[in-house]
Amino acid sequence: MNFNKIYALGLRHLYLIMNSFPRVLDLIYWPTVQIFLWGFISKFFTLNSEYYNNTVGIILTAAILYDFLFRASISFNMMFLEEIWSRNFTNLFIAPIKIREIIAALTLTAIIRTLIGLIPAVLIAIPLFGVSVLNLGIPLIFLLISLYLFGVTLGLLVTSGLLRYGPSFENIAWASLFFLAPLGCIYYPIEILPVALQFLAKALPLVHIFEEMRSILIYNTVDYFNIFKSISISLVYFIFGVIIFYISYFGAKKRGTLINMGE
Amino acid sequence: MFIEIKKLTKTYNNYRAVNNISFEIEKNKTVGLLGPNGCGKTTTIGMMLGLVSPSAGEILIENKEIKYFKRDEILKRFNFASPYVELPKKLTVKQNLEIYGRLYGIKNLEERINDISRDLDIKSFFERKTGELSSGQKNRVSLAKSLINKPEILLLDEPTASLDPDIGDFIRSYIQEYKLKNKVTILLASHNMSEVERLCDSVIMMRKGKIIDKGTCKQLIDNHGRNNLEETFLKLARSKDEF
Repeated sequence: MNFNKIYALGLRHLYLIMNSFPRVLDLIYWPTVQIFLWGFISKFFTLNSEYYNNTVGIILTAAILYDFLFRASISFNMMFLEEIWSRNFTNLFIAPIKIREIIAALTLTAIIRTLIGLIPAVLIAIPLFGVSVLNLGIPLIFLLISLYLFGVTLGLLVTSGLLRYGPSFENIAWASLFFLAPLGCIYYPIEILPVALQFLAKALPLVHIFEEMRSILIYNTVDYFNIFKSISISLVYFIFGVIIFYISYFGAKKRGTLINMGE
Repeated sequence: MFIEIKKLTKTYNNYRAVNNISFEIEKNKTVGLLGPNGCGKTTTIGMMLGLVSPSAGEILIENKEIKYFKRDEILKRFNFASPYVELPKKLTVKQNLEIYGRLYGIKNLEERINDISRDLDIKSFFERKTGELSSGQKNRVSLAKSLINKPEILLLDEPTASLDPDIGDFIRSYIQEYKLKNKVTILLASHNMSEVERLCDSVIMMRKGKIIDKGTCKQLIDNHGRNNLEETFLKLARSKDEF
């Protein structure tokens, strides 16, 4: 791995953000709207349901963590789509940069984009709804790692689709996370799902992450084995995502789509 | 021989875009790749750049097959410019050159950017976003990017397409001068016959994925009994003969 090249590719996306205030605004806008929306919904539940006692904290924390996953994935996809939209794809793929360095650069730069969007939203939630994700304590770091790995994996799978099918796959980029969200048990326990779907859900890291989040906030107990399990599952998916990306890249070379990739 | 293309073929499903072509390029020579649209020029360039995998045949650089080089090792010896491939539009000219300089691992990058910007006269719009430039300015920036690493092998795909005669001449003069001052082997795909006559040491004519003739410009003109390369091109392109 050549870190100068990874840095160069990261710099390309940082310049893009720094050159455009509307882009920064766009990154911040959606997470903030999410926080407001879920904050008010959960406040309403707290006031009108005994069951949802303390739900402001739980639902809003779940919304923040889910948004972290969503932003990580979208950031990865967006950076790849930027190369297609700007017709820079050929220049990038003829530069002396290894495929694994491209993946590393996108993975590392996606975290910056994600944090630019999410940090203001997280900070707003503290005074406005009295909710801080930091209440999760040290386990928060591990939950974020697991979420990030899975978010990037989804990004890798979507970009593999872009390599395979071209820009027409773009719509899938936006839809990919909504497809998995019902199985992720983000806002409800896994028992709500039909038994057959519970098996599927357990194969995703999301269930373990959000179950653990609820466990910490409601019962104040941390099960590090569960957290480790979620990271391990995310890691397996990440490796799978990298393999699929490579297969798509070699497939694109065979089909000649790398040379014509553009809007 | 510096570059050898041996029986190179690319088939997409049942369509043969490049059909069993072979040619050689000597070191520091400029070879023109001519042919009507869809004749396989871009696919050939794509295969040389590693963007397209050949269905059959070999590409050798200094007697070593290109697929046995490490991707980053071989690509740092190449570069490519085409008006159909752009640089990130929202980045300034300077930012784009900086990023590609870093990707190509250029030492003394600031100095290299300064030199190339001065030579190609792009300093006056250095801080402007690339997407806001005129076609002529974009082409010069694209050429600057393609020369940032002082490539041993430069692939140019219609470098003066859609440019006004003045800017087109500037680019051609610059390439001509650059060739004299630097050791570079160029493969130039073009539809501009006077450009090819001016810049190329020899020419390869393609049609329907095949090489239909090759030689120096003079040889081709003489062989086909025409007055210039444009007439020769038209004769070959419109010929009903199967080669």
